[in-house]
Amino acid sequence: MTQNLAEYLEQSAVRYPSRNALVDPAGRAVTYRELNAQADALAGFLAGRGIGRGDRVGVVLPKGIPAVVSLFGILKAGAAYVPVDWTAPAGRSRRILDDCQVRGLVVDSRVLDVVPEGPADVLDVIVCGSIDETGARPGSTPYHLALGRAEKAPTRADDPGDLAYVLYTSGSTGAPKGVMISHGNAASFIDWCASEFAFRPEDRVSSNAPFHFDLSVLDLYVTIGHGATLYLISEDLGRNAVELARYVAAHQLTVWTSTPSVLMLLVQFGRLHEHDAISLRLVLFGGEVFPIRFLRELRRRWSSPVFYNLYGPTEITTACTYARLPTAIPDDREAPYPIGFPCSHCQAIVLSEDGCEAGAGEEGLLFISGPSVFSGYWNRPSENAAAFIERRGARWYNTGDVVRRDPADGFVYVGRRDRMVKRRGFRIELGEIESALHAHPDLQEAAVVAIPDEDAGSRIVAHVVPGRGERLSTLALKAFCATRVPSYMSPDRFVFQDRLPRTSTDKVDYQALQRASIPA
Amino acid sequence: MDEVRVREAIRQFILTSHLHDETAEDLPDDLPLRTSGILDSFATMGLVTFIEQELGVELDVYDTSVERFNRIDEMAAVVLRKQGDRAGVPLAAPHR
Repeated sequence: MTQNLAEYLEQSAVRYPSRNALVDPAGRAVTYRELNAQADALAGFLAGRGIGRGDRVGVVLPKGIPAVVSLFGILKAGAAYVPVDWTAPAGRSRRILDDCQVRGLVVDSRVLDVVPEGPADVLDVIVCGSIDETGARPGSTPYHLALGRAEKAPTRADDPGDLAYVLYTSGSTGAPKGVMISHGNAASFIDWCASEFAFRPEDRVSSNAPFHFDLSVLDLYVTIGHGATLYLISEDLGRNAVELARYVAAHQLTVWTSTPSVLMLLVQFGRLHEHDAISLRLVLFGGEVFPIRFLRELRRRWSSPVFYNLYGPTEITTACTYARLPTAIPDDREAPYPIGFPCSHCQAIVLSEDGCEAGAGEEGLLFISGPSVFSGYWNRPSENAAAFIERRGARWYNTGDVVRRDPADGFVYVGRRDRMVKRRGFRIELGEIESALHAHPDLQEAAVVAIPDEDAGSRIVAHVVPGRGERLSTLALKAFCATRVPSYMSPDRFVFQDRLPRTSTDKVDYQALQRASIPA
Repeated sequence: MDEVRVREAIRQFILTSHLHDETAEDLPDDLPLRTSGILDSFATMGLVTFIEQELGVELDVYDTSVERFNRIDEMAAVVLRKQGDRAGVPLAAPHR
């Protein structure tokens, strides 16, 4: 049993020292020996600053070799990493880093405004990229110097119950919440992937998902644990479908992992017919429903690899159910594919509203138990109490997802009863968008609804009531949202209202807004 | 196509695809569209595809990076430079 996720790298550095571990967006490669040595050096620097077991270290970097070195360096030091979207609004990122009280931070020099306020002796900052020394925070250390300044050998406890990372997801009250994942949680999922997908050292694996999105746990650790090569796909490349299709062919990738959204981009805009993908043997996607017409088209273009649909919230570590897809999608199939059966390290039950276990064909909430289920949210005792139930002597996490059990196909995803929606694989609490809009000085009221959309998963419509005499434009509101929430949360449409509809109990009538949001 | 017409084509596409309630005056040439969050990555992809198909140029990752492809005037400049690169060779039919 893996005690610390850094062991995946350490074992491969012994077995495959001169194989390439990573290829970065500029085509630079780093071997297992080099990656391990750089991570050791960073761990030594952190240890020298007194950072170790029980501490958290933020990572706010673009996809690249320094980001991976940072994750492993932090793990090797015995601390937990907190990856934060480097493209998100600085205020939101700062709140996340504040919330989990990071002791250290590795940050790109272009986004230094995410660094929380506070004395330099409480927070060690490592800055990556070209720095104007005078503009940097006093006491911060350039990344290359941190790697050359191993001050102390790290000592780690190697307790699988220790925290490995904290991933922040959208929170319904407006503040993002941190999902705490231990080494043991993640290792149980990674080891299941190893047994199911049989990665090989010869594999060339795509790394599409950013490190703050937990699909990346699959490609990062399963690849590194097998001595294969991980191809780090930059944000710019990831949004250029033609280049991305070319990239798959040019590097002869063998394993692809991403959200359906990225695959839909490839199908729609990637001119897949111009590029071969014969080297691909495995396509793993998850995070959202894959609309069937795009899946069918992708299957026609990429006919040889095996496709898997993975399902699971961050709280249970990336995936808890999976389904293998057929080689051809029938022309008359309209329903998306099921999320399938539980992975062997997980157990699943479906409970109907009365708390009884739902029978075949009945709908109910999906609950998950097993070694990959998280221990709780960072510093959120009341939400933790609500997240779990005890049953049959085990602790079960309530996913909030409504499913139906089909004896032949496994679980079929139905929807949700709360205000959490998915867009491009990202979880969005509509309440977080409302909370951002409420901060606008010229808005009296705002209510946000999501309209199911076959292609995008959901479209987000914000109904807003401007203050007396104010004239606001969609452009101005979009620009305002961009300073408060990540771009995937920004509403697609703003509807200006004189007042919001109310129910008889004077609550915002979301059902009426929902109806009013559907285009005629 | 001259610069003014390229700018207008891009402006109209953005307005009709993403900003139904706005007018051309609301969307000036020098308004940052991506760093301000008005166009996200998916909207940008749709725009890039539109430009490639309708204006007959191919854009790579470098052309469309946010540093040089953020405002309508910058986008039009990229298109004109690409069209200029092509001058002297027979024009390829735009992708359909």
